[in-house]
Formats: sequence, C-alpha cells, structure tokens
Amino acid sequence: MPSVRSSSQSKLVWPLAALGCLLLFNFFFTPNFFHMEVKEGHLYGNLIDILKNAAPIMLLAIGLTLVIATKGIDISVGSVVAISAGVVAILLGGDLAGQAKYPLAVAIVAAVLASTAAGVWNGILVSRIGLQPIIATLILFVAGRGIAMVLTNAMVVWLYVKPFAIFGQGYLLGLPFSIYLVAGLLLLTALVTRRTAIGLFIESVGINPVAARFSGINAKNILLGVYIFSGFCAGVSGLVVCSTVMSADGNNAGNLYELDAILAVVLGGTSLNGGKFYLLGSMIGALIIQTLTTTIYAFNVAPEISQVVKALVVYGVSLLQSETFRRRIAGVFVKGRAVA
Amino acid sequence: MTRRLLNNRNLSILVILALFVIMFGWGSVAYTGFFSLQNFLNLFIDNAYLLIIAVGMTFVIISGGIDLSVGSMLGLSTMLSASLVQKSQLNPLLVILIVLLIGTALGFFMGCLIQLFDLPPFIITLAGLYLGRGLCYVVSIDTIAINNSFFQAAAHSQIKLLDNSFISPSVVIALVVIAAGAYVLRFTRFGRTIYAIGGNEQSALLMGLPVTRTKIGIYALSGFCSALAGVVFTFYTLSGYALDGKGMELDAIATVVIGGTLLTGGAGSVFGTVVGVLVYGTIQVLIVFQGTLNSWWTRIAIGFLVFLFCFLQRLFETRKSTTAVRRIAPQPAASASAG
Repeated sequence: MPSVRSSSQSKLVWPLAALGCLLLFNFFFTPNFFHMEVKEGHLYGNLIDILKNAAPIMLLAIGLTLVIATKGIDISVGSVVAISAGVVAILLGGDLAGQAKYPLAVAIVAAVLASTAAGVWNGILVSRIGLQPIIATLILFVAGRGIAMVLTNAMVVWLYVKPFAIFGQGYLLGLPFSIYLVAGLLLLTALVTRRTAIGLFIESVGINPVAARFSGINAKNILLGVYIFSGFCAGVSGLVVCSTVMSADGNNAGNLYELDAILAVVLGGTSLNGGKFYLLGSMIGALIIQTLTTTIYAFNVAPEISQVVKALVVYGVSLLQSETFRRRIAGVFVKGRAVA
Repeated sequence: MTRRLLNNRNLSILVILALFVIMFGWGSVAYTGFFSLQNFLNLFIDNAYLLIIAVGMTFVIISGGIDLSVGSMLGLSTMLSASLVQKSQLNPLLVILIVLLIGTALGFFMGCLIQLFDLPPFIITLAGLYLGRGLCYVVSIDTIAINNSFFQAAAHSQIKLLDNSFISPSVVIALVVIAAGAYVLRFTRFGRTIYAIGGNEQSALLMGLPVTRTKIGIYALSGFCSALAGVVFTFYTLSGYALDGKGMELDAIATVVIGGTLLTGGAGSVFGTVVGVLVYGTIQVLIVFQGTLNSWWTRIAIGFLVFLFCFLQRLFETRKSTTAVRRIAPQPAASASAG
C-alpha cells in the first residue's frame, strides 16, 4: 500500500506530463513561445499570459475540487461569476469620470458576499433538502444568468473606476496581481484541508457519506461548507473576470467556465466519483487547458475550433481514468495487473 | 380506484397540468388577446424543437442518465443542414437523412463510451457539448441563410385547423415524435427496460434485461432527437448559426423535471414532459404580454419552477421510502445506491 504522499505525487505525474508535452511541442514548433521580456517593470511573455488567463478558471477549480471530492458537482459557478461581476458593476456604476458610486471595498465585499450566498443556497439544497448536486446547482445555473442580466438591466455595464482594474490587469512585483490571488487562495485552502482533518472529512464524505456519518463526521455541514466555499471562489473569480475587461456582461461573463473548471479538476486527477482530491493537480489541469488554447491561437486556428480539441482531450482523459478501460487495455497488451 | 389515480406519478402530472391551466387562465384574464386557440397552438409552433429534444431527454433521464450535448447537437444539425443545402446543393431530403444519421451516430458513440467503459454520462456528454459546438465552427463560422425551396415551403406552409387557426409542419413532426415516444416508453420491451434500468441498474442486469444494448440505444435515440430538433429548428429560422441551441440542454432538462420525471431515474412520462414544455412556453408568452419585464425573467422563473418541482419530488420520495421501509422491514434499511 503506497503512502498518501507518494500516491498523491504519482497522481500529479500524468497531468504534469501532459503539460510538459504541450510546452515541449511549443518549444519546437511555436517561435518565441518561451520569450520573456521586462517592460515598464512588468514581465511579459506567453507563459505569463497563460498564468494570467488561467487565473479565473484556477480560482473556480479550487472550490470545485473540494465539491467534486465530496462526489458532488457545481455547475452554477459560471453563472455565479456573472452575478459577482454584475453586483460589482452596479455598485461601482458606469460613471465615465471614474467616480465610484459606492467605495470600492464595499462593492468588492458585496460581490463576494452575493456569490457566497449563492453557495449557501446550493449547499442547503444539496445537504439539507437532499437534491442531487447536478440538479441543485442546475437551478442557479439557469436562474443565475437571469439574475445577472436583471441586475445589469440586460446591458453591458462598462466600468471606469481605475483602482478596480488591479484584479485583472494589475501587476505586483512584476507579476500579474491575479496570480497572487490564486496563490493565496490555493495556499489557504491547502493549509486548511491538509493541516487539519477537514480534508480527510471531505474525502470520507465523498467515498461513503453513510460511513462518514457513522464515524461521527457531520456530513451535512461538510457538504454545506464545500458549496459555500465554491460560491466564494466563484465570487473572487468574477472580480477578476470583470476587472480584466472592465465591464460586466451578464450574458457572456463566465459563460461555459463551469465546464472548463470541471475539466481542469478532472484533468488534475480528482475523480468525479469523489474521494481523494488534488488541489495542485487542478491548477495544472487549468494550465493545460489554457496552454492548449494558447497553442491553438498560436497556430492561427479559429479559437472556436479549439473546442473540438478540448472534447477529444476530455474523451482521452476520461478513458485513461476508467478502470474498465484500463483493465481491457491491460487484458490486451499486458499480462497481469494494470498499473494505475 | 381514486387511490390509484392519485398515486405519486399521476399526482405530479396533475399538479403540473393544473399549473399550466392556471397560468394560461391567468394570462387569459389579465391580457386581452391572450386567450385564443391560435395562441395555444403557437406554444407548439414556437417550441416544436424543444418538444422533440425533451422527448429524447425524457428517455435519458428515466434511465438515470443525463445528456448535456443536445443543445450543441441541435446547433450542429442546423449548421450541417444549412451548409449541405446551400453550399453543396444536395437534395433536401438527402440532407435531412444525413443529418439524422450523424446525430444518431454521435449519440451512439457517446452511449458506447458511457456504457462500455463505465464513464459518467455527465462528463462524456459534456465533452459532446464541446465537440458539437466546435464542429459547428468547422462547418462554418458565419451564419448561413437558406433559400432552398423545400426548406422555404416547410417554414412557411400552414396547416389550417378550425376557425382560421393553423399549425406548422414542424408541429406535426413534433406530435409524431411525442406519440412514438410515449408508445415506445410504455408498450415496448425497450421502453420498459429503460424504467427498469432507472429503477435499479443492478437489478435490471440480474433480471437478464439487455442493459448494455438499451443504454447505448437511449443515447443514440437522444442524438437522433436532437438532430431532428435541429432540422425542425432550421425550418423555424431558415438559417444555420453556430450558436443555435446554446443552453438548450438545460431548458430541456428543466422541462423534463417540471414534467414530473424523477432525476434519479425510474419514473416519468412523455406526457408530463409535453406539459412541462407547454408551461415553459406559457411563461415566455406571459412575459412578452406583460411587456415591462425583460425576457431574462423567463430564466429566473424556470429556475424557480425547477426548484419547486425538485423540492416536491424530494418530499414525495422521502415519504414513499419511509413508508416502504416501514412496510417491508422492521430494521433500518440503508438505501443501496445503484452505480
């Protein structure tokens, strides 16, 4: 029986290998892919862009990793991103002179609170009423975008409040500010889940909720907690999304992000069947998706077609993760047990 | 007898039917010009494609699965129809045949992945969503307008009913799909097997039912329905556009749930789904008649209805399972979850 540590490392090998292959491919075939330069004290280059563009998905993936570890799913995160962006936009107001209607801090706190409230709603539906996670979050998936559109009165609200731009466009010590947000949230989550028993509780709820309850874990509150946290992460992600384009578009903000984020988590080695989760893996998963997209851009393929590639990647990864598939392949090629 | 009539399944259909009557009645009282046969028929005309997709989705959900790819498959079908008819100048009937075959094949492919390799339907059909949408753009990035005479005729012809009211050919297609769906689900071996799988896949397998074949068939059927809905949608819009049917998978799921189909599988009906679509359509019409609310309230209303119905289903479910446990076994029975 391998120890927890070594098994978690071996789980990271596959996503890292995939990312490595992508980067290697770019090293040979995309000119100047690794080129970096310092302009006005900021680092510029493809790699920085990948990190920066992946930030919203990475933020979502942190929350989703925990949700998926409980054998749940949260498909409302994309809509919650739109709600968060909408709340910030109406509180800051579209004043051309850049005069904020309410103080920036108020707007930010309100947006994150609204998103967290969305998480509370999801959590109550799943943990207390006992709806299947996909259906419980489907409700906000459908209604959330409606709420965002009603908030912004179905218009794209443009923001001119300069300080707000820091979330999506700002730099700190030469690196994009959003990277620090991701790193901070990741570190905090990793500390709370790995240095306390909470991570173990989450995994045990995902593996067998009944057994978890019998061993004294309050499964309901764990479930409630992860959905609230996912809402919170979506709120922060919404700030970054809104600030990157300095506008709130209820229709397009965070559109299909839930799928990218779920994909990132799955690519990172966390199984949709719950149980063990890999926060770092999810981050690598998000980077794989973004690198893939950037690579496709670099080859002048229409960005929309990248979805076909994405779909094929999902099929491939799902097959690799499938016990049945591995067993069949092992039955054909190798005598004996398949190495997981 | 009344007891049988009022069992859970019938009750949920009665509730949704009552809701539809109340909403339509309220609209008729509140807005002049709302109550007319044509306005009722318009519900079918404007939602013919949704009806077709929702019938396929009903099959999938009763089996305990989910199909998120239907919206993008609809988009792909419109793009393919438009491109093959306009650019390749193929015979329209041949085009429709090709489109239906491709839709069925993609559904079959996803069904195989799900069943043969034991993969979660959610992820596989999610990838199907990407695939369909991506293929749309491979076909064309621009909107393709159709001026083919057959498609024009299908779009504009009206079938007269009583009193100057009319329906479109698409409605006839939708009604045929509904009738066929209801028949297959209720009276064929395939349909009964779907209920058995949704109730408990393990038991269905142990009973010797053809689970593998049936499950693959369900996804192929759903693919077929979305392709057909795509053709009907092309009749409706007379163009192919890569974003057609965006988010429609959730509309379909919502209407199926509102129609009383259990998301855990094992119970539901095509008739309920039809009423679910009618309720969906009525909300949209009500918001148009109301005039001041923006159309996004439709989504909020639908979300609320989904919540309401899931909540009610959940209540029935818990009550049923507690009474069942009391009746069968004195010891606490842990509900075994089917894989």
